[in-house]
Amino acid sequence: MAEKLRETPLLDELQKGPWPSFVTEMKKSAAKNPMANDQMGILERSYKDRIGHWKHGGLVGVMGYGGGVIGRYSDLPKEYPECSEFHTIRVNQPAGWFYTSEVLRKLCDVWEKHGSGLTNMHGSTGDIILLGAKTAALEPTFSDLTEIGFDLGGSGSDVRTPSCCCGQARCEWACYDTMGFTHDLTMHFQDELHRPAFPYKFKFKMAGCPNDCVASVARSDMSIIGTWRDNIQIDQKELNAYVKGGRVDIQEDVVDRCPTGCIKWDGKAFAIDNSNCFKCMHCINVMPKALAPGKDRGATILLGSKAPIIGGALLSSVLVPFIKMDEGYDDIHELAEAIWDLWGEHGMNRERVGEFIQRIGLGNFLEQIGLDPEPEMIMHPRTNPYIFFELDEEEE
Amino acid sequence: MAATPAKRTTDIGPPHFEQFLPPVIKKNYGKWKYHEIPRQGVLMHVAESGDKLWSVRAATPRLMSIETIRLFADLADEFCDGHLRFTSRNNVEFLVVDEAKIEPLIARLKKEGYPVGGMGASITNIVHTQGWVHCHSAASDASGVVKSVMDELFPYFDGSQKLPAKLRIAFACCLNMCGAVHCSDIAILGVHRRAPAIKHELLNSQCEIPSTVSACPTGAIRPAKVDGHDSVEVIEERCMFCANCYTVCPAMTLNDPVNDGLSIWVGGKVSNARHEPMFSKLAIPFLPNNPPRWPEAVAAVKNIVEVYAGHARKYERMGEWIERIGWPQFFKLTGIEFTKYHIDDFKHAGETFRRSLHFRHSE
Ligand code: HEM
Ligand code: HEM
Ligand code: SF4
Ligand code: SF4
Ligand code: SF4
Ligand code: SF4
Repeated sequence: MAEKLRETPLLDELQKGPWPSFVTEMKKSAAKNPMANDQMGILERSYKDRIGHWKHGGLVGVMGYGGGVIGRYSDLPKEYPECSEFHTIRVNQPAGWFYTSEVLRKLCDVWEKHGSGLTNMHGSTGDIILLGAKTAALEPTFSDLTEIGFDLGGSGSDVRTPSCCCGQARCEWACYDTMGFTHDLTMHFQDELHRPAFPYKFKFKMAGCPNDCVASVARSDMSIIGTWRDNIQIDQKELNAYVKGGRVDIQEDVVDRCPTGCIKWDGKAFAIDNSNCFKCMHCINVMPKALAPGKDRGATILLGSKAPIIGGALLSSVLVPFIKMDEGYDDIHELAEAIWDLWGEHGMNRERVGEFIQRIGLGNFLEQIGLDPEPEMIMHPRTNPYIFFELDEEEE
Repeated sequence: MAATPAKRTTDIGPPHFEQFLPPVIKKNYGKWKYHEIPRQGVLMHVAESGDKLWSVRAATPRLMSIETIRLFADLADEFCDGHLRFTSRNNVEFLVVDEAKIEPLIARLKKEGYPVGGMGASITNIVHTQGWVHCHSAASDASGVVKSVMDELFPYFDGSQKLPAKLRIAFACCLNMCGAVHCSDIAILGVHRRAPAIKHELLNSQCEIPSTVSACPTGAIRPAKVDGHDSVEVIEERCMFCANCYTVCPAMTLNDPVNDGLSIWVGGKVSNARHEPMFSKLAIPFLPNNPPRWPEAVAAVKNIVEVYAGHARKYERMGEWIERIGWPQFFKLTGIEFTKYHIDDFKHAGETFRRSLHFRHSE
């Protein structure tokens, strides 16, 4: 169906320049799809009015699921009737975001049949985002998606779609199988993902090494980041090649930049005091051919990061300093469940787990979920003397 | 309600990733040895077996039509046996096993308008949010600002301009920060600057008054009767424009065509390389919303990038550089005005006040 495109003089300015243009994308869809055409029209209107034209979402979704669809209505239904209902569908991505052309075409066919033809590849949480479905299209889209093997992701106060870096599929630094673990976790917690029952959202992100390419430490309630405990592996032959090659200034780029000062280098022999190395990855990043993480690999589990709303932004902090990841994941399932039991019972509405810990105290939190306090969990011990000694302390 | 289809399956979860992996990855899973960046936009991974995989990374606008996804599928068929992936920063990577196909693929991508780059010490795609395209609380558009900034910084993406280290930019259109901008080298954040305009006639029917009152972190909202309606009022001096009340109650609107705009934050990082992860800190409290090209914000970001590129040492991320030279020097070098808004006054603000005499008084 050929559409008469909405006039978009302001948006047209954004088709100029070398970076790929989202306006060009909108026009590609608008040429075939009336919803996308009106959506482009309403965006042009926002550019003119300098204000958004979307209203709060209502409760929409598919039967039996509490999440996965974000309701969206415009405040100009008369002027842009085709996009007056323009809901977002979150589709759970395959771990690591790998696709074949075949499966992408199937996804496109489903979305051509039922929606606007616009997507995000991907949303910040990791899902495939299908932008713009009418309420009546939700169930049919869902059944066609399951037909080709896809399911909805999370939204609302539930487990959000877990996501991860490409890990061992394509990175020599991955200290555990991020993609395998992410798939396991997603399948294990299907109910928690689809049926919101928590005080607020709970996100998992998996990174294979301390470089944290998925920003797990900043963007997930539970951050599971790969690391190692033994010695950095050195390939002496390749190291010599770096010395000869001259592209890396080993003294300046590696030795002087090691934050713990634990590398010794006399122009020939390269020695790392591994007992002092704190596994920051810098030297490995600079000389990937010569250096590699050690062999005793696993992960650190951190908890609690979030954006500012409401009590201020938090980064995740250490909960389990080191855990092996190649002997099954039961311990992690149980740990997550213990956290949810406690936070589910005592967390306030819209209180993220990081804020909950701030409120009740990390010490109390650990006690409740059955973990021992360890010095790896803190930057330094408290500086204030207001200690809440327990009332039965003196009797011991 | 629409009739339920006869065969309805639920909770099948995502498809298993393994079926989408190229054979070279299946064979060498967990057995990669090292990687190199033979040219900007191409990663070469070498496995212990000696097998090689080239990933060609092309920019995308993230917001994509199915026509473009089908184009990517066609390119994947033509150049890499149908295998591709997307990245954590919304780029697309074509997974090539035949070295001879790399240059022709790059040429085709360029012709279609999806240039390659963004590896190593460069600026890659801006992680961003929905903005006016699709969100109700947006203080600005996201895609338009991102497009304008990346057009300007393009030489840092394709490698024609060099940087001391990688520089990650993120954008979020309101304080909810769905783009998680709080740990980026440079962050652009949409902000409101006026207390909610309350729709008194709708409030009681759309919202619960007690939950609206308790939504406010500063206690600025209290119940009130206005023009005969049960509603709320806001003590404006206490409002910090966080929009939490709006998330809870649609009658508390904050969007404002004149007073909404952008703020700029710097010096955050998430990786553990050298320095521990850091939050982004305020550089510029407010810049106007000026669609379609946001020239003030683009110029401000470019200035910060250029000053950083000119002064930081090799491998030094934005935050590490600022920590070394100190914030007074950062404001001096960038010419950004320091104001009272830069000084924290929320919880634990005192931790950000200086207690040392470690100043650099030199010019
Ligand atoms: C009803 C209001 C909200 C809507 C419609 C909404 C929508 C979204 C959307 C569409 C995304 C994916 C973003 C993208 O890829 O463009 C997202 C992610 C996110 N949202 Fe929201 N959001 C809402 C409220 C909030 C609130 C209240 C918070 C903070 C407390 C928040 C924090 C985040 C964060 C941090 C992410 C990024 C997730 C990640 O990196 O995994 N959002 N949200
Ligand atoms: C084997 C080497 C590496 C591989 C295969 C790798 C892979 C990736 C990929 C595919 C992305 C998405 C990039 C994009 O879309 O432009 C990414 C992002 C990122 N990488 Fe890496 N990376 C590597 C090395 C590093 C190093 C050395 C660091 C840190 C010093 C690092 C830190 C990051 C960060 C912080 C992000 C951005 C995450 C975000 O905010 O979304 N990576 N990495
Ligand atoms: S987080 Fe580490 S293992 Fe994962 S892709 Fe990045 S560098 Fe590789
Ligand atoms: S990983 Fe970091 S701390 Fe350890 S030796 Fe390398 S540079 Fe030094
Ligand atoms: S950052 Fe704010 S305005 Fe932007 S998508 Fe998230 S909730 Fe909406
Ligand atoms: S915007 Fe934030 S501070 Fe202002 S009234 Fe609403 S909740 Fe309170």
